[in-house]
Amino acid sequence: MALLARRNLFHDRIRFAVTLTGIVFALVLIIVQFGLFLGFTTTTSNNIDHSHADLWIVFHGVGYFDTGRMFSERKFYEVLATPGVQHAEKYIQNFANWKKPDGGMENIQVIGFHPGSGLGEPWNLVQGDVMDVKQEDGVVVDELYKEKLGVSKLGDRVEIGDHRARIVGFTRGIRSFTTSPFVYTSFKNSLDYTRPEAREDQLAYILVKTEPGVSPEKVKSNLIARVADVDVYTRDEFSRRTQFYWMFTTGAGLAVLTAALMGLIVGIAVVAQTIYAATMDHIREYGTLKAMGATNGYLYRVLIEQAVWSAVLGYALAMVIAHFLVQASEKGGALILMPASMAVGMLFLAVAMCITAAMVSINKVTRLDPAMVFRG
Amino acid sequence: MANAVSFAQTVIRAQGLSKVYGAGTTELRALSDVDLEIRSGQLTLLMGPSGSGKTTLLSILGCILRASSGNLELLGEDVTALPENALPRLRRELIGFVFQGFNLFPALTAAENVALALDLRGIRGKDASRRAGELLVEVGLKDRMHAFPADLSGGQKQRVAIARALAGDPPILLADEPTAALDSTSGRTVIELLLRLAHQHARAVVMVTHDPRVLSYGDRILHLEDGRLVREELPRKELRLSTRFPESAVATHFSETFPGEF
Repeated sequence: MALLARRNLFHDRIRFAVTLTGIVFALVLIIVQFGLFLGFTTTTSNNIDHSHADLWIVFHGVGYFDTGRMFSERKFYEVLATPGVQHAEKYIQNFANWKKPDGGMENIQVIGFHPGSGLGEPWNLVQGDVMDVKQEDGVVVDELYKEKLGVSKLGDRVEIGDHRARIVGFTRGIRSFTTSPFVYTSFKNSLDYTRPEAREDQLAYILVKTEPGVSPEKVKSNLIARVADVDVYTRDEFSRRTQFYWMFTTGAGLAVLTAALMGLIVGIAVVAQTIYAATMDHIREYGTLKAMGATNGYLYRVLIEQAVWSAVLGYALAMVIAHFLVQASEKGGALILMPASMAVGMLFLAVAMCITAAMVSINKVTRLDPAMVFRG
Repeated sequence: MANAVSFAQTVIRAQGLSKVYGAGTTELRALSDVDLEIRSGQLTLLMGPSGSGKTTLLSILGCILRASSGNLELLGEDVTALPENALPRLRRELIGFVFQGFNLFPALTAAENVALALDLRGIRGKDASRRAGELLVEVGLKDRMHAFPADLSGGQKQRVAIARALAGDPPILLADEPTAALDSTSGRTVIELLLRLAHQHARAVVMVTHDPRVLSYGDRILHLEDGRLVREELPRKELRLSTRFPESAVATHFSETFPGEF
């Protein structure tokens, strides 16, 4: 039985290549589409997830990470005085114009944080020093956007909102979920770049580190009771809300999700058609087996074994291709993510798709009239 | 032998077998009130024009098609009312099939084709390999065990198919025009092999054929017309001599291997 299953697969190498191609195409399509979805989703909340803050405090009604609504610095001191708060930092995000050295303009998102605080800082710094953003004109950008921003090395000079800026560091892999790259600088600089008219006592977010051993939920309750007109979220809550907003409220994510679901449907259809065609190629042989006394259970096992072999081999090839695509995407504008759970899930999906497709064929095979074998 | 039978034992008894396809205006009566008995140790030929119901009858006798009415007994067991899921067992234990188109599995070697039939019966591994080898030796294919069907001649393919049909040591062999696609030399080899299996091993061999060259080999010839069994013949000695396949090296091989049989 096992021999027949394997030989039927491998004997006709062209047929087998076609089968594998179909499965690999389907799996890669699904991996890419869901990888893009995951990449986009993760990108929307990247700054929150890497903030090292236990709690995020925003103006009341601001439920996601975007241009935060400004509120008074007085809230910041109320937060610092709240029981359970070990440390808090001001944080801001706002849009600004970036004037490239060649005179061209780009829209950017300026992130203002307190250097050295450990909260809300850029991560994956590959060049420069994050503390240099304390300098009056120091900014950090991601190397992905070098070309877009017209810079190539540390020390390059640009203008942000009519203020001078100088590149003091490059990060790797911090993407923006919009067309405007993130530019990290000190909180003070960020106000100069984005709200020159604003006083320094205005801020958009407060990032909180809770005392060791104190539950963030408990501190959240304390903050809600003590500080008026703000919303308090744990990091995970704020991350989920932000992802949900960008993925489902704006419609941008919905398009990516729809593409991912379409990829899944097309993938299943391709696999189903491929496995079905491979089975139908051998339909007369299955009829012969039935005539020889094979039970339906025997035929099930042959077909399922073939399906599992197809799935596992197709999966292995798809993973190799997907690995290269994922690596390539790290240097491109659209990130494709394939976490380990997704890789494992794809194996189960591949096996499930192939077996499901085989079941359609099985239905045909088990309904075969064994008398067909007598007909020329 | 799992299903040992003695010579001249009735292994198939059919009474009033009829088969109707479709219903109403599209009704087609393929078989009408066929009564017959098939005994072990005999080669029975089923003859008749196209559409006379030969293959339908063979399919019913082989338990791969159900009769619309009538009774069928195999080795004394009434199989007419058996549920569908009991029929595969009967086919494995009592019946071996030989098809006109050989129906070998192209991805398997000759030995593996035979071993597959053993696998269906739960015989695997070395036991299956040994038994498959024995069966292929029995049909004269000792040197072609590891050849794929594509590398075998038509006659060799049919002999592999016969070895496969013998895997379950069945008392009944049903063959559908096994010589039709073969040249005279291969045809002779195959018919003589089937005859030997009937005469030496007490198998009941039922063979559908259009081939006049095999008439002389039959112990009985049953003629079907329009789904009815119209007559039975016992071939005359002179017919046996005049219409047989011409002598061939393969035939000589069998005559020498099984002296006195042919």
